[in-house]
This record gives sequence, C-alpha cells and structure tokens, in this order.
Amino acid sequence: MALEPQDVKRAAHLARLGLDDTDADRYVDDLTRILEMADQLQAVDTDGVAPLAHPLDATQRLRADEVTETDQRERFQRNAPAVENGLYLVPRVVE
Amino acid sequence: MHDMTLTELARALEAGEFTSRQLTESLLERIKRLDGELNSFISVTAEQALAAADAADAARARGEAGPLTGLPLALKDIFCTEGVRTSCGSKMLDNFIAPYDANVVEKLKTAGTVSLGKTNMDEFAMGSSNENSYYGPVKNPWDLSAVPGGSSGGSAAAVAAGLVPAALGTDTGGSIRQPAAFCGITGLKPTYGRVSRYGMVAYASSLDQAGPMARTAEDCALLLSAIAGHDLRDSTSVARGVPDYCAELGASLSGLKIGLPKEYFGDGLDPAVESAIREAVKVYESLGATVQEVSLPHTHHAIPAYYVIAPAEASSNLSRYDGVRFGHRCDAPHDLEDLYKRSRAEGFGDEVKRRILIGTHTLSEGFFDAYYKKAQQVRRLIRQDFMDAFEEVDVLMGPSTPTPAFDLGANKDPVSMYLQDIYTIAINLAGIPGISVPAGAVDGRPVGLQILGPHFAESQLLNVAHQFQQVTDWHQQRPAFGKENA
Repeated sequence: MALEPQDVKRAAHLARLGLDDTDADRYVDDLTRILEMADQLQAVDTDGVAPLAHPLDATQRLRADEVTETDQRERFQRNAPAVENGLYLVPRVVE
Repeated sequence: MHDMTLTELARALEAGEFTSRQLTESLLERIKRLDGELNSFISVTAEQALAAADAADAARARGEAGPLTGLPLALKDIFCTEGVRTSCGSKMLDNFIAPYDANVVEKLKTAGTVSLGKTNMDEFAMGSSNENSYYGPVKNPWDLSAVPGGSSGGSAAAVAAGLVPAALGTDTGGSIRQPAAFCGITGLKPTYGRVSRYGMVAYASSLDQAGPMARTAEDCALLLSAIAGHDLRDSTSVARGVPDYCAELGASLSGLKIGLPKEYFGDGLDPAVESAIREAVKVYESLGATVQEVSLPHTHHAIPAYYVIAPAEASSNLSRYDGVRFGHRCDAPHDLEDLYKRSRAEGFGDEVKRRILIGTHTLSEGFFDAYYKKAQQVRRLIRQDFMDAFEEVDVLMGPSTPTPAFDLGANKDPVSMYLQDIYTIAINLAGIPGISVPAGAVDGRPVGLQILGPHFAESQLLNVAHQFQQVTDWHQQRPAFGKENA
C-alpha cells in the first residue's frame, strides 16, 4: 500500500522520532516500497496456521517472585545525561 | 603469527614458542599499522588486552591454562563490555560505557581469552554492507573497493586481514554468514537460544543470535564450546547440555545426505557463484555424501516476512533510547516530548529510522493483523519447509549470498540491499543453525558455501564444514592486503 506523508508523520510521532516535513517526504518512497514488498505476504494461504513467535515454540519461563538484583543505582547512573540526588532529570512535566 | 588459526596459536602458546603478550603486541601493532585503511575496529582496547595477556601467561606458568588461555580475539561492538564503550555502531551509544559484561564476554574472559577491541558494524546490526555505521564503512581486505558485508563486517574484515584470528559476531538475518562469505572466512550462526543474548544489544529479539567467526570450522567449534550454554538472565536461552564441539570433529561423511534447495539455485544467482558451489558439492560427493534436490517452497516469502517481523521487534526494542537514562541527549530540550523526539532524531541514522517507522506503522492499530500476525503465520510455514526437508536429508547446502562482495555504494536503494539476504534470512526465521565456509572466488572476491542443519545440529554442521577444509584450501587463502613482505 502507498503511504502518504501524514502516515509517516503519524508513525514518527508514535515512535517519538523527530521528523520534519522534508524528512517525511524523503521516507515516504522508501517506506512505500518496503510495505509493497511486505504486501506479497497477502498472497500466502495461512488459513488455520498459528502465528510463530518463537522459533522453538518455547514459552516464557517463570521464576519465583523474589528480589535477586542488588541496588546499583550510582553505577548505572554514570551513563545518564543528567542526574541529581539519584534521580534522572528531565524537563518539567507538571507545571 | 597473524596467519595462524586459533588452534595453531593454542598449540604454539602451549609449546612456549611465544607468549600471549608477544602475540598480543604483534597483533596490536598490525591493527595500528593497517586498520586506518580498513576501519574494522571502533575501539581498540590495547591496555586491557595487554593486562589480559599477562594474566594468561601467568596462569600458564602456574599450570592453570585452559584450551583458550591467552588466545586473542575481537568482539562486535554490540556486546556489552564492562568499562569499555559499547556503541553498537550508533551515535546514540557513542558515549555509552557498559556497566556490565555480556554473558558471552564473561565466558570468554573466564576462559582466559584476550580481547583486542570492539569491531565495527552496521548501526544496531541493521545492514548488509557495514555502510550504515556511525563510525564509517569498513573495507573488504580482498578488494578495498568492495564492502565486507554486514552487519558483522568489522569482525569479518579483521579476521580476513589477519588483525585477529577470530571474532564474535551476531546474526539476525545473515549478519555472521554473509560477511564471512564476503571476506573468505568461516562463520557460524547457532540455533536460536543456543548462546545467551544477555548483554547483547537487542535488534530483533526472536531472531538475534551470537556466534563465532574465524578462519576454520575447527576454530568456530573451539569458540562455540566456550560461549554456548544456558543462562538464566536470557529467558530465551535453552536449558540443554553443551557438547564438546571439537570432540565431534572427525566423523566420516560417508552416507551423509545432502539436500540442495532448488529455490537457492534460481534467478538472481551469479553463475560464477553457482559453479563454485556446485564444485564444492562435488567435493562432498567424493567424500561419500549423496546429493538430492529438495524444495523449500516458501523461500521467496522470507524477505517480506523478515521485514515485517524484524522492524516490528526493533521498533519496540529501540524505544529504550529515550535520552533520559543513557545514550545521546539533545541540547536544551524545551519539554519532555521534545527531549525524546530530538534525542532520537539526532542519535539514530537513516536505516535505523526507516526500520523504526516501518515497525511502528505495521504494529499500529488497523495494520497489526495484516502485517505482523500474517508474517508470523508465514514464519511458521517457512520453518515447516525446513523441518520437512530435514525428514529427507541431513544437511542443506547452497550459496551464502547471490553474488560475491559488491562495491561500496552499489546498493543505494534499501529494498535492493534487503534482497542481498535472500539465502540467509529464512534460517533466522526458522531458528536453525547455519555456517558459511569459503568455497571459491570470483575475480578475487571470495564465495561462501552455506550449510544448514536442524535445530541443535551444530556438531554435525561443524564437522561437515571441517571435513571440507581437510581436503580444500579456500580457507587458507589470504588477501594481498596486509601480507608481510619479509
């Protein structure tokens, strides 16, 4: 299916990916061609075929609900762009 | 030393012909001299390497050396390495110093190996040419105007150029096997779940798998024995014993049943590649194997299915890069949404953005059933093709790639680049193991033979590849680049 620039902008917003009008126009053609390729799947008869999410059909393993991780906040926050008193700083959300 | 295999180096270290420090220094010197042109490393960790080499030599002096002690290698920059930048080829992680080691890195350290550094790759492992790296393209040592393949292009080029005897790569749609083929080395993608993904930056979690890249199947067996195994920290890692993959090399191939999927010898295959592959199959016949044609009827649906499933998983996995906890953050964001949007717009490259957009679109309301669910159904049919084929034959063989390495800049259109992975991509969807083995050359550019087996048949695949390397010398060919004159 052919995409319109607003479809690309919608996806970009959902993905919180900044995209100006020039970018959106540039991606429309590429993404349309990729989706046209994906549309070939519609020709396959998949009636009664269960979707395959895991190549070995494994299911998610469960474990006891116990704390196993130790607190390593300082160590992990060394990679953070901005922290204060152990908290991650972001622009004000609530006025 | 730089021409030797891991197995040969292990014997030489054991015999005291040289120390791990001498070996490490010699390879670091080669990297310094040659990698400016090749660009196969993003980070060279010389100081840590020399310390690890000294520790390995000391362990050997105490009589505590294991099979891998003191052996040098390199790690694709997708594996977290404590205290060392782990960029994943992206501006987004250019400033990211991993706070912990990936499971495979931990295992290789415990085994006494010496990592020389982190190799270049397509950004977030998305690419088939290594041209999508924030750190610039890697060149193919066989021909500097050609790509090394991708996404593990740095690992492949570094091994081919004799900068390291082996490296780890990852393979989501061919990212170990295709660069191994393009660079004339041996590369194995294990069964999904065989090797832990813990600490491996996620691209498409139901397809990603780490594996060894080296000069020989024997070396791949040595490395796989060290990195395979169950890990509680990766919920998809399989609880299943790990055989000694080296112990199983040597079985006769008499009576081996080889299937040639007819879809892997059709339109789009370079005739010179095809004749190299058919020659290789003849070698197997001379070793006592029988050959028959088989069919994998859903082959041509693998690329469309992959380009729905992988971007969908990627769009979800890459949502963690938000500019808040780690990674790139834009300057002076005026609100939280601006922080997210600009940090991600600045941090990600073009191909990564394309896949995030595709994945977000196909997962969004109204499109999910038509794309994602449909692709997962087709995925089951693709896996069934392989299971049916393995009822008839032991292994499948075909070309790893439709052509030898293409020129840098040759595939500007994303879809034409995606089509390069026609023979490798279905294997990840099915979760089966595959290995690429050097099997010829076209105009000086290597050709790879791909061998596929059922789930957990790594021992057999490695032996089948090893037997080929006992009677052919394609794996011993070296590029002119970096050859010592002395």
